[in-house]
Amino acid sequence: MAETSVAGYAAGETRRPNLKSLGGALAPWVLPVALLIVWEIAARTGLVTARLMPAPTTVAAAFWRSLLDGSLFFHTLASTQRALIGLVIGGGLGFVAGVVNGLWRPAETLFDSTLQMVRNIPHLALIPLVILWFGIDETAKIFLVSIGVFFPIYINTFYGVRTIDPQLVEMASVYGLDRKALIRRIILPGALPSILVGLRYALGFMWLTLIVAETISATSGIGYMTMNAREFLQTDVVLLGIIVYALLGKLADVATRLIEKRVLVWHPAYQAKPGGEP
Amino acid sequence: MSLADFYVPESAGGLPISLVRVEKAFGALSVLANFNLEVPAGQFLAVVGRSGGGKSTLMRLIAGLDAPSSGRVGIGGRKVERLHPSVRLLFQEARLVPWQTVVENVGIARGPNWQEKARGTLADVGLEGREGDWPSVLSGGQRQRVALARALVSEPQILLLDEPFGALDALTRIEMHRLLERIWTGRGFTTVLITHDVAEAVALADRVVVLREGAIALDIEIDLDRPRQELADPRAVDLQRQILDAV
Repeated sequence: MAETSVAGYAAGETRRPNLKSLGGALAPWVLPVALLIVWEIAARTGLVTARLMPAPTTVAAAFWRSLLDGSLFFHTLASTQRALIGLVIGGGLGFVAGVVNGLWRPAETLFDSTLQMVRNIPHLALIPLVILWFGIDETAKIFLVSIGVFFPIYINTFYGVRTIDPQLVEMASVYGLDRKALIRRIILPGALPSILVGLRYALGFMWLTLIVAETISATSGIGYMTMNAREFLQTDVVLLGIIVYALLGKLADVATRLIEKRVLVWHPAYQAKPGGEP
Repeated sequence: MSLADFYVPESAGGLPISLVRVEKAFGALSVLANFNLEVPAGQFLAVVGRSGGGKSTLMRLIAGLDAPSSGRVGIGGRKVERLHPSVRLLFQEARLVPWQTVVENVGIARGPNWQEKARGTLADVGLEGREGDWPSVLSGGQRQRVALARALVSEPQILLLDEPFGALDALTRIEMHRLLERIWTGRGFTTVLITHDVAEAVALADRVVVLREGAIALDIEIDLDRPRQELADPRAVDLQRQILDAV
């Protein structure tokens, strides 16, 4: 809003607002770029040991190499696959449990306190047990990711369903909506903002869990790639792995924002021009 | 004064309401006791009273949202057991569903040709062209119009209004009064308006009932010409004074 009004005021002079908005777009990148330059200089001049902290250009070279031999793609695909399968299973179960417990008191009484108890166990503490149960193959990692994403989605779905405006529910029953229509048209869309908050938390947990799970036991994935590189002291590849995780995390965040923008178009916070008629 | 004296419009598309020896208590607190009220089909009744006088309780009983502790609430000669399909309720707040567009809100119950019917009713309340808007961009008066259209779209035979204009500014309120009077004159549904605004009651109703401590303190006919001109008629001022004395 602020940007459009600035542009509107300065409609007469075209150059300055353009420069201003260009500067605005570049500003967030100033610090990272400066850091990269300092880092590069420090590594080249031997201020930091290049073997422990290789220069950005070295990392870029590692990126180019792994891109050409296909290993980066292979490992990223393996990690993403695990992450998404875990998200679908854990997130799906969390969503269903949240809706059922939110709508149906007996289910809440029966399950909620148990789930709250389990929630307080750090799920990464289950790793030894999970290795005993599933060995070190795919199931173990998907299981861990599923548990990691289950709780944020469950809690936020439950909360979203429970905090639906009771006045809307009363209105719906006065206007003859049956239970199915009530859930579909009132309760689920009303819980959606909260569910999406849960999804964003879940995506954070998803990558976190996967990193740890892959560094412990894997033969593919970004986590495996970095642990393998550590064995051979390829610090540049380790750094590359960390950057890839950061990018995947950012990508997930951007994806949820896009989803929010799309499905919450009715929400005043997501509307281009808010406010009523004069 | 007998019930037959009250003005009933010719096109009576309404159902009569009757409450016989109704009692409603919440725990030890008795809100209505031995309460009797007959509303003929098509009548516009206003119920006036102070907060906590039992107005809203009375309306929830008629709507079937609450059940009486004892006695009988009847609509069209049949006992009210649950929500009656031809009774519609306008709340104090518009209670629009924020994630449904205006037309979807009006057609909230869906059903055959719901979009067509919703569009028609929106035109009746003067909101043509706003069908695709989200409720969040509407003004308070427009929201209440959407709510009115949502109540009218199923062609109810009883319309219950729970202080629906209380939150609107004075000018918008007068606009809404005219709109409601025009639609009611055309359709002839039985109307019960709950309000604490005596002027509003006199401006709209055929009959005003004053509710005090769960009992009827005054039951008065408003025999003024329609359409009503607010504030103009000295008889209206006199009626308002009578009602105020009873509240």
